Amino acid sequence: MAAPSGQQADRQHSDDPAATSPPTDRRPTGRAAELGLLVFAAALVTAALVIVELNQNRALSWHLAAYGGAYLLALAAAHLLVRRFAPYADPVLLPVAALLNGLGLVMIYRLDLAAAASAVNRGEDPPAAQATLQLVWTAVALVLFLLVLVIIRDHRSLASYAYTLAAAGIVFLAVPALLPARFSQVNGAQIWIRIPGLFSIQPAEFAKIALIIFAAAFLVTKRGVLSTAGKRFLGLTLPRVRDLGPLVVALLLALAVLVRGNDLGTSLLLFGTLLTMVYLASGRVSWLIIGLLGFAAGAALAYRLFAHVRVRVNIWLHPFDDPLGSGYQLVQSLFGLGTGGMFGTGLGAGRPDIVPFASTDFITAALGEELGLVGLTAILLLYLVLATRGLRTALAVKDPFGSLLAGGLAFAIALQVFVIVGGVTRLIPLTGLTTPFLSYGGSSLLANWIILALLVRISDSARRPPVAPVPADRPRASLTEAHTELVPVTGERTDRTRPAGRTDTPADSGTTDTERAGS
Amino acid sequence: MPAIVLQLTRVGFLILLWLFVLAAIRVIRADLRAGAAAAGSGSERRADRGRRQSSNGGGTATAGARPVPGILVVTAGSMAGTRLRLGPGPILIGRAEDSTLVLDDDYASTRHARLVQHGQQYFLEDLGSTNGTYLDRARITAPTPVTVGVPIRIGRTVIELRP
Repeated sequence: MAAPSGQQADRQHSDDPAATSPPTDRRPTGRAAELGLLVFAAALVTAALVIVELNQNRALSWHLAAYGGAYLLALAAAHLLVRRFAPYADPVLLPVAALLNGLGLVMIYRLDLAAAASAVNRGEDPPAAQATLQLVWTAVALVLFLLVLVIIRDHRSLASYAYTLAAAGIVFLAVPALLPARFSQVNGAQIWIRIPGLFSIQPAEFAKIALIIFAAAFLVTKRGVLSTAGKRFLGLTLPRVRDLGPLVVALLLALAVLVRGNDLGTSLLLFGTLLTMVYLASGRVSWLIIGLLGFAAGAALAYRLFAHVRVRVNIWLHPFDDPLGSGYQLVQSLFGLGTGGMFGTGLGAGRPDIVPFASTDFITAALGEELGLVGLTAILLLYLVLATRGLRTALAVKDPFGSLLAGGLAFAIALQVFVIVGGVTRLIPLTGLTTPFLSYGGSSLLANWIILALLVRISDSARRPPVAPVPADRPRASLTEAHTELVPVTGERTDRTRPAGRTDTPADSGTTDTERAGS
Repeated sequence: MPAIVLQLTRVGFLILLWLFVLAAIRVIRADLRAGAAAAGSGSERRADRGRRQSSNGGGTATAGARPVPGILVVTAGSMAGTRLRLGPGPILIGRAEDSTLVLDDDYASTRHARLVQHGQQYFLEDLGSTNGTYLDRARITAPTPVTVGVPIRIGRTVIELRP
């Protein structure tokens, strides 16, 4: 392409041939803001670590600064790669996730200290440190985040693997059910793939992402039918079941596997997310009503069938009936939150380790005890920021697949936080889910960083300024000469030899006043 | 460590945490403003492009305010001459009997495309058709804003929005 030599200087920074004229209204990419927030997040995490050490009366050393510096370096590396591979990505997503992950690491480290101290008091060996392992998982998760960004250069390419992903997700999900309990069972839930001594992963976390991608791709193809076809009944437009066949089959298979493995939290999360995506795609309230009725029926059935569901509901309704037995965990969590009060006991100065599973399911109770209502609200606001930025991306992105995918992923994060924080604070019955980014657990961390990478990728495409228009001085062929391959849609047509795409009618013959197709 | 220091760190950390939340919200607000500004100048640019295209096609768009589409006109194909007054609802285009604009075109799909009004603007969206929907010369893959006077090609039918 021959460009005037005067513009040569302008375009030397750009290898995009379409950008012959530098766009004047290019909006800021937000990378500077992202870097600032990342430095802030690393500083906050380092401060949290220092405060824990102070409160635990441990000697301050430069090791702490080294930890903070290493975290900052890892984040800076992530930032540089985002700058390279997703330059227009949303500037808030990465720092918020980094801060949540860092706060989780500090809290897990703090619970490690408490567990070691109580083991020493009892004269036992201190248990293995969870924080070290979580640190390794964080590093792996960051690498995975970057890998997803580098490999998936355009999120729309995911849509072509929809059915593959759905099948792989369900098979992966079903692996623990097929393995012997020794390799798959932890605390009564058969949802793990364990390789003793090496690692254990929870396939549901990854299957969830695969199913959300599948649902987005599937719903995009059915969107038109979903929002138009159907019978009307009692003021509601009833959907046709056949339009949703594959999605319903995939969802029922996944739910069957999850319920069999006693993982009700993930089934609730998956069901809620896919239902919301159907609503996002069709915009019809009837789907929501049908879904919620189905959920109510499923919940009633689960209550009748499973003893542990009845126990959970009973603890939720009457936690103080058996405060030292079945209600112990929830009661201690409530006491912890009460002890924290408005401003908390200070990081490292409370007793969050009294709550069983404080580092996984009950990490928000631990944070609530040590940071108080004020701190816990800030953390919940961080999740709100994450979810709204995801939904904002869903609104801004131009392709319907990306829009549904971003909406589904953002809603999944929000719903997961609601289910687990609601459970811990006794708003709803407790179901075992991790708190995204905060909780101890490799699978959850990896899966959430993958979700974040997908959101960053989609937000990059949503915020990317439109490609500069074709220069006006280029000779423009008239529309009718544009070459396109046309295929007859009806099978019985035989005259394929007619010149396709050629319309001989002059463009202005359409001004006769025949109103043939009235609206 | 003196208790006063611990109390100060406790309060200080909460303040820092909230400052982070406020900083994130500030970034979001700046981003929304920039987005609104870009959308404003972007619509000017679109109007500019529309003007160029309509002057190419002999349209009557004037400089400044973009004309609001009022009717849909079929300019080529077997239905040439058909006019359709634009209503508030979406306009389904295809060979299906219940389409808003029923096409008699073997190269169009049963449910081919639709036009949806959003504010003052119409968006053209392909409904997974076999031969695709073209706005001007480009095949569209996502809902695309349609300006007055820009030809939309569906199979062998060409339609246009007019003020």
